[in-house]
Amino acid sequence: MEVLVILVPLALVLGLAGLAAFLWSLRSGQYEDLDGAAWRAISDDD
Amino acid sequence: MTMQATRDFSHYVKDLGSGLKHIDLAVEGVSCAGCMAKIERGLSALPDVTLARVNLTNRRVALEWKQGTLDPARLIDRLAELGYKAYPFETERAEVKEAEQSRFLLRCLAVAAFATMNVMMLSVPVWSGNVSDMLPVQRDFFHWMSALIALPAAAYAGQPFFRSAWSALRVRGVNMDVPISIGVILALGMSLVETANHAEHAFFDAAIMLLTFLLVGRFLDQNMRRRTRAVAGNLAALKAETATKFVSAEEISVVPVAAIQPGDVVLLTPGERCAVDGTVIDGRSEIDQSLITGETVHVPAEQGTQVYAGSLNMSGSLRVRVSAAAEGTLLAEITRLLDNALKARSRYMRLADRASRLYAPVVHVTALVTVLGWVLLGASWHDAIVTGVAVLIITCPCALGLAIPTVQTVASGAMFRAGVLLNAGDAIERLAEADHIVFDKTGTLTLPELEVTNAAEIPADLFSLAGRLALSSHHPVASAVAQAAQAKSPLVGAVEEPGQGVRAELDGVEIRLGRPSFCGAEALAAARADVDPAASIVAFSRRDEKYLFAVRQRLRPDAEAIIAALKLRGIGTEMLSGDREPAVRAAAAALGIAKWRAGVTPAQKIARIEELKRQGRKVMMVGDGMNDAPSLAAAHVSMSPISAAHLSQSTADLVFLGKPLAPVLAAIDFARKALHVMRQNLLLAIAYNALAVPLAIAGLVTPLIAAAAMSGSSILVMLNALRARSVGRS
Repeated sequence: MEVLVILVPLALVLGLAGLAAFLWSLRSGQYEDLDGAAWRAISDDD
Repeated sequence: MTMQATRDFSHYVKDLGSGLKHIDLAVEGVSCAGCMAKIERGLSALPDVTLARVNLTNRRVALEWKQGTLDPARLIDRLAELGYKAYPFETERAEVKEAEQSRFLLRCLAVAAFATMNVMMLSVPVWSGNVSDMLPVQRDFFHWMSALIALPAAAYAGQPFFRSAWSALRVRGVNMDVPISIGVILALGMSLVETANHAEHAFFDAAIMLLTFLLVGRFLDQNMRRRTRAVAGNLAALKAETATKFVSAEEISVVPVAAIQPGDVVLLTPGERCAVDGTVIDGRSEIDQSLITGETVHVPAEQGTQVYAGSLNMSGSLRVRVSAAAEGTLLAEITRLLDNALKARSRYMRLADRASRLYAPVVHVTALVTVLGWVLLGASWHDAIVTGVAVLIITCPCALGLAIPTVQTVASGAMFRAGVLLNAGDAIERLAEADHIVFDKTGTLTLPELEVTNAAEIPADLFSLAGRLALSSHHPVASAVAQAAQAKSPLVGAVEEPGQGVRAELDGVEIRLGRPSFCGAEALAAARADVDPAASIVAFSRRDEKYLFAVRQRLRPDAEAIIAALKLRGIGTEMLSGDREPAVRAAAAALGIAKWRAGVTPAQKIARIEELKRQGRKVMMVGDGMNDAPSLAAAHVSMSPISAAHLSQSTADLVFLGKPLAPVLAAIDFARKALHVMRQNLLLAIAYNALAVPLAIAGLVTPLIAAAAMSGSSILVMLNALRARSVGRS
């Protein structure tokens, strides 16, 4: 079970990477206009 | 008037440096993905525009362009060509702060959610290990890892609660955040001590999960407030009206009203709404003061006539000197009444506040009694304190914190789809309580635009000819004729005679549209006036063929049905109008409103609302005029159409869009449903406590039970909130 000493921190690092990605997306203003973003995803141009 | 005014928007333009300029515009009528693409493509096509981005949530457009030849006014013109009315917009300090606060809460939520998930990953093995074969050293390792995640995460994500609790305690008060903060800190501290002593149970998971659920509630609440503030901000931008000011005897410039000083002279063209109070110094026209007094009959204006902000100039150009003293004008009087009424309303206490005021003392007393009780029963201080902390964790108002914001979010979304914008955060609760509606007539029960009522009496070819002729006139009544005829191409060589009408020559025959006297149709007009005294008459003549158009405000198409539906729901209806008696009587009869009064002043409207309040009624006021603003503020809850005077719109709790009156009914239905679901949610949260607290007091709560109970009740409350999306058909 010594492998836990590696696996648990590894799981944590992966979780932290997800958190960092979320904080980055928040900082870059991707949550400023959720109504608009919903439509932009399915619009044809750009 | 051939003078061309320049428009000055430099006040709103921001310099971004490196040759780029930025402006924010509030846009009316952006509601769909189609509008978004149309606006962005239309504006990006302009040379030098580097960015055009619509925000559908706020209904605003952010624009950037290369400094140089492009005039910001051109952007607004372009939007007008695309069919959207836009206003330069200045973000308020308060709104910037709310946006910052909302981002902070989202960051806290992200951290707390991350920590909860990872602590759970460690807790589940411990829970199952405790009943099977986990080694104590492994359990300690998992507990220490949990502490490593939970402690820094709680220190960061708990800030909103710790700060608010601290500021309450500093003024010797207690709010909902005090038991939350104490619960979280004690739970974490106790778990740390227990972990150091190799204990079986630690509550890191419960503490951080509690923060996560509470932050969801906080964030939704904040988001709702931010949304309503954005609506309010846009309405305030519309308020930033412009006026055409004489900068010298011959030269005019369009400036924001804020830049107008008493003593300035402004130009009022036909069809323009006056933005200032003042006195006419030159020109002759008729003005429509229905927005101010509710009176639909036009008043002649000439040198010396007083005009008020909100009056619509009908026929001729006027020069108006802005009143030196704003005191004593009608607008100042209305503002004064408004201030008094608003002060009275701010005392309303929200359901959530009432619930939390009761909650904190009960929680603390229960925890204390538990600790003392166990000590008296002979338990050790250690065990007694552990049990007390478990009580604190279990009673923390996790579901309670979600009960109301989730419903508000769902209900405001449903109202938005029904064409209702919320302008005040607590409007839903107050609206649900309304049991008596006072309607204004002009512009509220009637449509704001003028319509031709006797189109069927006029031959189709002459109607369309009159419509094309009407395109050459600025007179609002003529515009109604043009619109009714769906005229597109104006007649070549049409001449407008100010205050009289328009004439043109077609195949050698003169045709005229205007006053009955201008067209030689006085006799016809006199006969018509007896039939329908409330209508404005415009005459049309081609040689001996003479016809009259009766133009008036029409009732909203579904007004009668909506009034009937309101009655079915047991809501009293009443009409108070500033208009003359015959017009009000006719509208009341058509709609089936039994109680009505005509010729009512703003002060009398307030007096009537106060009288109803004394009778124990919760009064809802629906009105649009400047004269309605004080009574909108005095009522328990208020609503305005989007076409209302800006002062009224920004005072109203809710604003509805479109021609039908149906949004008024929909808003009431949704609000009633929402209040019902909110109460249900509070009951669910309390029922959960009633079940779990005895367990906690008895010392039977393990971390597993705490986590299951907390997430179970929160999810139940959130699912129940979704029911506020729809109302039953009746």
